[in-house]
This record gives sequence, structure tokens and C-alpha cells, in this order.
Amino acid sequence: MHRKAMLFAAFGLAFAGAASADPVEDTLVIDTEDGPIEMVTKAPAPDHLKDVMDWVYSGWHYREDETRDLERDDFDNPGMVYVDRGLDLWNSAIGKNGESCAGCHQGPESMAGLRAVTPRVDEKTGVLMTVENYIDKCVTERMGLESWNWTGSEMKDMLALISMQSRGMPVNVAIDGPAAPYWEKGKEIYYTRFGQLEMSCANCHEDNQGRYIRADHLSQGQINGFPVYRLKDAGILSAQQRFVGCVRDTRAETFKPNSDEFKALELYVASRGNGLSVEGVSVRH
Amino acid sequence: MKRQLCLVAAVTLSHATPALPEVAPTEVVFVDGRIETSLSGTPGDPANGIKVMTTNVLGNCVACHTISALPDVQFPGNIAPPLDGVADRWSEAELRGIVANAKMTFEGSFMPAFYKTEGFIRPGNGYTGKAPEGDLPPILTAQQIEDVVAFLLTLKE
Ligand code: HEC
Ligand code: HEC
Repeated sequence: MHRKAMLFAAFGLAFAGAASADPVEDTLVIDTEDGPIEMVTKAPAPDHLKDVMDWVYSGWHYREDETRDLERDDFDNPGMVYVDRGLDLWNSAIGKNGESCAGCHQGPESMAGLRAVTPRVDEKTGVLMTVENYIDKCVTERMGLESWNWTGSEMKDMLALISMQSRGMPVNVAIDGPAAPYWEKGKEIYYTRFGQLEMSCANCHEDNQGRYIRADHLSQGQINGFPVYRLKDAGILSAQQRFVGCVRDTRAETFKPNSDEFKALELYVASRGNGLSVEGVSVRH
Repeated sequence: MKRQLCLVAAVTLSHATPALPEVAPTEVVFVDGRIETSLSGTPGDPANGIKVMTTNVLGNCVACHTISALPDVQFPGNIAPPLDGVADRWSEAELRGIVANAKMTFEGSFMPAFYKTEGFIRPGNGYTGKAPEGDLPPILTAQQIEDVVAFLLTLKE
């Protein structure tokens, strides 16, 4: 009896797997202090992807009901704690001469829009910049501090705060002009089969999105939701931190966060999500 | 050298047939994707094959394949074809070739090569994310490949 029940369960699972292989149809409206905001979590693929897919989906569509629900209300989203910490840091006189972010930029809303268009090539310097690169520039050059650890809590709290200011805006990174060479390089990395398992980002997130690799429902690997709060780690994760994990899982030597490779890759992956909403801090299992 | 002799002696003792030397990953001969002879020289153990196929850090075949004969495996993936009846479709030599390096049978396959040590881009030291120290070992040993093949040969419909 027991064995039979198990078998049945196994079949049930296999069926469930096959039936729910696609991203779930659902709509994300987030209850915030300022009222509800509707997110674009499914959008027509940007032109440069049209030959491989018709629609792009936020990773939100691939998660379980309970995980998706946590993102519907800021009150339930554990990532908001980090946003609050980021706000405290923003207002603190942490600079060598007592400077604070607020002292130069006023409120964090002055950062609205930045997350939606980064990584971008900075107009003045011609350097490819992520949000972290901009933070680092202020921390080191304008506040006289040592660089924050790229994936440490100060950096990620600040990233969370700044990302939130663009919540609901469509991702819109430039891929032409001065961005073009970085975009090409990122694209090449995306399609390179790394490591002893010889797997590329595209193998999992383009060829097999919607399928299950063991218990994991493969999403398109979009980064519009980053940083994400990860229930498994009980912490937030930046896009490049996620890249480290994915490359490591191919039995490869990874690149480091803020390496030229991962910056180019971040630009390229972001561009695959052009049109999706920035989710601020999303929730994943 | 001495160590190898010892190993061979031990193997000969436990099995009646004389043991052939192990075929190194770089020396495997593929004929149209097939590997005709045993890689380890020792018959495979299907029970250990199951363990290799279902253990994450070993073969983890169930990450991608379902196998009805193993209903207790939790959350098998559905990336690849079910392995049911695989012994009806493929010969022993073909299965050995597929497990050792599926890309010799299916061009550009997503399936990893389990008995291969060269020709990778930025290979790592297992799942550490770091560069390997010294020579890269294959993901599975010659004997583990034989064990997996022995189990696959039981999958008839
Ligand atoms: C062996 C398969 C595999 C490969 C190769 C792989 N990933 Fe992933 N990736 C996963 C799994 C599994 C998850 C977790 C489930 C999901 O969101 O798809 C994931 C998640 C992600 C996420 C988080 C998406 C979200 O919404 O939370 C991003 C971003 C990502 N991958 C990007 C990449 C990039 C970029 C590469 C290549 C450098 C890559 N992945 C290579 C398996 C892989
Ligand atoms: C990351 C995914 C993945 C893993 C892990 C994997 N395979 Fe595969 N396997 C595939 C794919 C995909 C195919 C189909 C051939 C193709 O299209 O490339 C395949 C095909 C096969 C076939 C031929 C099946 C048929 O019916 O024709 C056999 C046999 C096989 N795999 C055995 C194994 C064994 C044994 C392991 C573990 C030691 C394993 N696979 C691990 C992806 C995988």
C-alpha cells in the first residue's frame, strides 16, 4: 500500500511537472505604502531576442504560490528590511569628513530611474557602470572611504534602496553606441559553454526555461527582480552574485563580481529583460 | 607502479576473469559514438550504478532524466528523455559511449560528458568555483561508468 502510494505520488509529480512546465499565468500587483503598483512581469521580447523567443518573463512567474505571494505586499517581503537598512546608511554621516549620501543627493528618490538603465556606459567617463560602481565611486572618491565589499551588506543594502526607487519602471538598458562592444562581449559569455559540465546560460535559461532541472523550475534567468531576497539564504543577492552561483554549478572556475566579464554579462542579461518592470527587491525561494 | 600492481591483484582476486588495465579518459576510443570494451575491465554493479545516478555530486542523472524503475527518487527533472526502455534502444557499447561522452552520439548535446578530462572552458575544482589543482579528474571513474551502464542495461520495457 505504502509503495503504491509512493508510486502514485511519483506519477503525480511527473504529471504536475509536465503540466506546469510553463511560467504560471498570474499578475503581480504590489501593495505599497503609497498604494498598489502593477508590475509588468511578462513583456514582448525585445527586438534583439525576437528570433529566439516571443515573450520575456520575470523569474517571479516560475516560483511557487507561497513565494510569489510574499512579493505582493511590502509588509510580507523580507527584502524590505534591507531597504530600510539602506535608508539608514543613506542618511548616516559615514564619510571621512562626515559626508552622507543625503548631504549630496537629498532623498533616495533622487536615484529614481538609475536601476532601470544600468549597467550603462557613463556619458562623462566612458566607463561601463553598474549601480554598485556608482555607489563605489561616491564611497571612495567623495567620502574618502575604503571600497565596500562588493557583495557585503553595506553595498547590497544600498543597492536595494536604490533599486527600489525605480520600482515599476521598465528596464531599458542601451545596447547600441558606446554600449555595443560590452553588449557583444556579454552576449558571447552568455552563449559560452563553461566548466566541466559544458553548460552556457542559454542552455538552461533559453533552451530549457520552463523545464525542471531536478526540483528547480528553470526561469529565463532575468535580472529585473534583482537584488532578490532568497529564502534559502535568508538574505539578499545581487545579480552578479547569482551569476557566480550559476557558473559554479557548471563545475567551472567562476568570474568575480565586478570583473569585466560579469559587468558585460550583467549588461547583456539586463537587455534581455528590456520592457519588464524593475521589481525593486523581489522574493525567491 | 607498485600501487597499480596491487590494485590489479586485488581485482583479479575478487573476480575470476583476468582484469584488463583501466582505459584513461584521454585514451577512450569511440566508434560512431560507441565504446566497445569495458573502461575498467571489471563488470559493472547495477546497484552501485543506481547510487551514482541518483547522487547529486556523482552522476545526478535524475537532474534531467526520469526513470520509472526508481520511483523513490524525489523530484527528478524533465529536461531529457525518460530512461525507461533504454536497453531496448541502445546496445551496451552505445550506452557506454553515451554515458562517457554523449556529445559523440548527440552532437552538441546538453548532457555532460562524464568521462572526459580535456577541452573545457574554465573548468573548476568540482563545485567550488575555483580553478582545479593539478589534473582534472573525470566526473565519474571508469568503474562508476561501468556500474551505470550495468544498471541502464536492466531498463527494458
Ligand atoms: C545548470 C543550469 C544553469 C546554468 C548553466 C545557468 N543557470 Fe542560472 N539558474 C539556474 C537555476 C536552477 C536557477 C534557479 C531557478 C531559476 O530562477 O531559473 C537559476 C537562476 C538564475 C537567475 C535568477 C533568476 C530569478 O528571477 O531569480 C539568474 C539571473 C540566472 N540564473 C542567470 C544565469 C546566467 C547569467 C548564467 C550563465 C552565466 C546562468 N544563469 C547559467 C540554473 C542554471
Ligand atoms: C544536464 C542534463 C543531463 C544529465 C545530467 C544527464 N543527461 Fe542523459 N541526456 C540528456 C539529453 C538532453 C539527452 C537527449 C540527447 C540529446 O538530445 O542531446 C540525453 C540522453 C541520454 C540517453 C539516451 C536516451 C534515449 O532514450 O535515447 C541516455 C542513455 C542517457 N542520457 C543517460 C544518462 C545517464 C546515465 C546520466 C548520468 C550519469 C545522464 N544521462 C545525465 C541530458 C542529460
